Amino acid sequence: MMHFLATYGTQLLSKTGQHLLISAAALGLGVIVAVPLGILLTRMKHGANLVMSLAGVLQTIPAMALLAMMIPIFGIGSTPAIVALFIYSLLPILRNTYLGMQGVSPTVRDAAKGMGMTWWQMMTQAEIPLAAPVIMSGIRLSATYVIAWATLASYIGAGGLGDFIFNGLNLYRSDLILGGSIPVILLALLVDYLLGKVERAVMPKPLR
Amino acid sequence: MLLSMEHLRKEYPNGKIAVDDFNLEVDRGEFIAFIGTSGSGKTTTMRMINRMLNQTSGTIKINGKDISKMDPVKLRRSIGYVIQNTGLMPHMTIQENIEMVPKLLGWSKEKREEQAHKMIALAQLPDEMLQRYPGELSGGQQQRIGVVRALAADQELILMDEPFGALDPITRESLQDLVKHLQRDLGKTFIFVTHDMDEALNLSTKVVIMSQGKQVQVDTPENILRHPANEFVTNLIGEERLIRAQPNILTVSQIMLTNPAAITPDKTLEDAIEQMHERRVDTLLVTDKDNVLQGFVDLDDINRIADAHTPVSRFTQDRVFYVKANALIGDTVDRILKKGVKNVPVVDEDKHLVGIVTRTALVDIVYDALHGAPDANEKPASPINADIHAAATREGGEMPQ
Ligand SMILES: Nc1ncnc2c1ncn2[C@@H]1O[C@H](COP(=O)(O)OP(=O)(O)OP(=O)(O)O)[C@@H](O)[C@H]1O
Ligand SMILES: [Mg+2]
Repeated sequence: MMHFLATYGTQLLSKTGQHLLISAAALGLGVIVAVPLGILLTRMKHGANLVMSLAGVLQTIPAMALLAMMIPIFGIGSTPAIVALFIYSLLPILRNTYLGMQGVSPTVRDAAKGMGMTWWQMMTQAEIPLAAPVIMSGIRLSATYVIAWATLASYIGAGGLGDFIFNGLNLYRSDLILGGSIPVILLALLVDYLLGKVERAVMPKPLR
Repeated sequence: MLLSMEHLRKEYPNGKIAVDDFNLEVDRGEFIAFIGTSGSGKTTTMRMINRMLNQTSGTIKINGKDISKMDPVKLRRSIGYVIQNTGLMPHMTIQENIEMVPKLLGWSKEKREEQAHKMIALAQLPDEMLQRYPGELSGGQQQRIGVVRALAADQELILMDEPFGALDPITRESLQDLVKHLQRDLGKTFIFVTHDMDEALNLSTKVVIMSQGKQVQVDTPENILRHPANEFVTNLIGEERLIRAQPNILTVSQIMLTNPAAITPDKTLEDAIEQMHERRVDTLLVTDKDNVLQGFVDLDDINRIADAHTPVSRFTQDRVFYVKANALIGDTVDRILKKGVKNVPVVDEDKHLVGIVTRTALVDIVYDALHGAPDANEKPASPINADIHAAATREGGEMPQ
């Protein structure tokens, strides 16, 4: 253990950094796209189911295959990895945003509008705050997925903790495999814990 | 004219015609009550006023301006609105809820805070409650907040959709007093949906009775009680309430007899006795040749006078108690009953004799109003009630007896 850290310590840090960066970028993109899209879907009578099942289909593509499909388009490196992980992150966020927004009581929406709120004020002051806990739990779920799957990104040269694992597999070195896997697990748990905190923080006080 | 609605019609996308040819003019300071069966289109009509719904056809004008040409957000901020299910924001404190519209209107923080304290007092709830969340209040308390939230921005026109539904009678009454005060003393205009007929009749200056998207009757509470447009309205008001309301809507002329026994002062004692005999009465009213009431003669007084040719004027008592034909029964009944007289002459504005009211007819009405008809469901409860009811529903009706 000490020996492993002494040999690979700096590398471990930089790979963890890469791993986090790729995951964060993918998740960030996912949030930017899926949250507004989810809100938009609640405003459309039709199309919600279509978009949702499309996202569902994307989710079922095997990770390796999806990563491989990115190469002709984006080449190798972190860009195709981020794009692929971003696609994976969409569904949970999209679904939870949609459900969260749908869950806001029509009476509340009605009152907000009746008091004279603009569409934007209704969104930012009434609906999104009320849907925030559900949206956050979608983001949290995506985050764990993305961190786990970011391991595969190493396969197309994006770096990250996956490098240890793939090296370990190639060289039959279980210390490398464990040295890559354990930080991934810890990272996922840590992020999940932190986002859980955030989820509580965004929850309207009386609902906590 | 504050608000006018012309030929309003609302057809929902599913083809349901919720409101059809609705017309109403509302002056500043009026209190309009919408009442009607469930699903009759009250909420739909109300929500077209602040453009929560857009009408299929017809026009709504506020201060002469067509609201379909106004910015709906600005329009809504200018109108107070109590929605049917209270609709407080669960994630905002009571204070934030009350300050919602003032904040949207850009009031300063100090002014908003001051208003919040004023409003919580108006709702008769403790000041500490401002820091609580709606979920921590009872249904009735929430409803009170819903009402004062609509008043917080001090708008001129306030829409209320069943605002007092979940309240106990005491709280309800104090909030009714509050809105009545705002209307009567501060000149605010209310449009108010209710299922409570007493509430509608007591608060409003005009009642709009609706059924299946149509206005069945639009009139003052007095006129609606006096002349229900049809059986639907009668049923909605309730037989019981119609009877109770009689002293306050029936005028003396509606229950009087129209051919009182009267004589002119130049006639003789002989004539008087003959007429008393003929009409089988013991007093005669005395009127001059223009039918102006002068007094009355009593059989007891006549007996003391021997000469059959004495003119009636000699023994006319001129201290006669009479009532005006257009007086409300409720206003005169006490005086009549206290006098202890059997019959009271009825005169018009110029003191011309027009009829006579019997004590029996009065007592019946007062009794029914106090205690309800013997059995309000079984109509007509008594022949007299039936007659009075007939009189109440017919303009200038007389009471046949
Ligand atoms: N969004 C809608 N789509 C279709 N029909 C509707 C819609 N809203 C209301 N209706 C129908 O229009 C009619 C009038 O409804 P409205 O809510 O105005 O009645 P209301 O008089 O307020 O009834 P209540 O006393 O029960 O509140 C009803 O038959 C109702 O079912
Ligand atoms: Mg309604």
